[in-house]
Amino acid sequence: MELLFRNVRELIELAEKENKRISDIMIEQEMAMTGKSKEEIFSKMEENLKVMEAAVERGLQGVKSVTGLTGGDSVLLQKYIEKGNTLSVELMLDAVSKAMATNEVNAAMGIICATPTAGSAGVVPGTLFAVKSKLNPTREQMVRYLFTAGAFGFVVANNASISGAAGGCQAEVGSASGMAAAAIVEMAGGTPNQCAEAFAITLKNMLGLVCDPVAGLVEVPCVKRNAMGASNALVAADMALAGISSRIPCDEVIGAMFRIGQVMHPNLKETGRGGLAATPTGEAIAAKIFGA
Amino acid sequence: MVHLRKLYQVGVFMKFTSVFDIIGPIMVGPSSSHTAGASRIGQIARDLFGKEPKWAKIHLYGSFAETYRGHGTDVAIVGGLLYFDTNDTRIIDAFKHAKEANLEFEIIPETANKEHPNTARIVLGDDETEMSIEAISIGGGKIELSEVNGFNLRLKGGMPAILVVHDDRAGCVANVANILAMHNVNIGHMEVSRIDRGSTALMVIEVDDNIDGKILQQISLIPNITKVSTINS
Repeated sequence: MELLFRNVRELIELAEKENKRISDIMIEQEMAMTGKSKEEIFSKMEENLKVMEAAVERGLQGVKSVTGLTGGDSVLLQKYIEKGNTLSVELMLDAVSKAMATNEVNAAMGIICATPTAGSAGVVPGTLFAVKSKLNPTREQMVRYLFTAGAFGFVVANNASISGAAGGCQAEVGSASGMAAAAIVEMAGGTPNQCAEAFAITLKNMLGLVCDPVAGLVEVPCVKRNAMGASNALVAADMALAGISSRIPCDEVIGAMFRIGQVMHPNLKETGRGGLAATPTGEAIAAKIFGA
Repeated sequence: MVHLRKLYQVGVFMKFTSVFDIIGPIMVGPSSSHTAGASRIGQIARDLFGKEPKWAKIHLYGSFAETYRGHGTDVAIVGGLLYFDTNDTRIIDAFKHAKEANLEFEIIPETANKEHPNTARIVLGDDETEMSIEAISIGGGKIELSEVNGFNLRLKGGMPAILVVHDDRAGCVANVANILAMHNVNIGHMEVSRIDRGSTALMVIEVDDNIDGKILQQISLIPNITKVSTINS
């Protein structure tokens, strides 16, 4: 019943002291809190993985949302990658495409796994299924990826927020991107501390990001914000693996995100009243959909 | 005071206690609060009513009222009334399924402001009885029940809770508490309200952890207990 960690510092210290991975600590905490066996917890997470896989697959076949605002961009990007003339490395664009695919399925009322929310559900699976081609992980390592991501999300949810209505998009896609960066580092063989550095670097680059969905819907700009989050996660993971550290410790970055969220204007926190939602085009789209 | 640190450790002060609160739920998109949460509000209404409703009036407030069509909040609640879970794709065609199930419903967007932006009020019934609930969706698919038949409930958002509908008789509360104590389940907060004076009452028990199905079954076997369900577990 006891929490093993309440912040990133405790999480890293524990992992280092016991010579374990972040994913191990998350699994152990879940076992302690629920009394369930490791196998039960592992197989429940594998169900989530299956849903993520299916969502990416479905998105890449091309979907359209109820409003028609989003869908199909992930397919365009895959076709572009196939031509072989991309400026960014293919793995990066593959992650972007698969992140968008997930959120396009979400917007089309398809089945997704909230990671940590539905609106930010693309980043973690998008990066996972892209780095998969480079790192050739086992199925177990893929499930572990989700526990590592979950450990960091758990800290953010309890010490700051993972809700756009409470903290803006920095709390949703920002958190999701940091979670993905940390998970990539562990899968690539980095240390627990490098996971934390990757998380901190990612979130630092997304501080202040507002939640300004057009017509209040989880479509514009959410789908493309997941794209940006996936690329940000990959860059930060590489930086951390290169030995670069964040001058501001991870927990303090999370604290900063929380305080920024508190002073963020309500118009910029999932109300659909400010930012892109309040542009002439954003308002015209809202009027067309709702007949206002 | 002695227990303060302990309380913190067991998660009383932590809104999120499981990794599956972060990675999950598996759900029909597009919004964990406006779709998955809405479905759960419908399910809890259906659960508390205890039988198939023949009609339902669904009042939506705040952000629910503004954006329900784009988020599928309307179909999600109706789906919930039909017991479709958050990951059940029948949610998308819930209106059609409601027709087949002879459930008449009305979606009523309200302009009045409620304390929380994602509030829904459902009045449901059949030929004999009717009841009303009010609930809010607090994010990530978690919900909070704020009112049952006019009784205000003050629950902390997002914690797992056991809902027990029982006859309004002496001893019921003690019997339920005994079973929980026997299983070492710590009660965080508890409220009892009468749905109909002298006939039906509702016990809402907030607990620290998810509740084992076996415990729920034991509670349901206590005399004068008519219905046991859970929320956020």
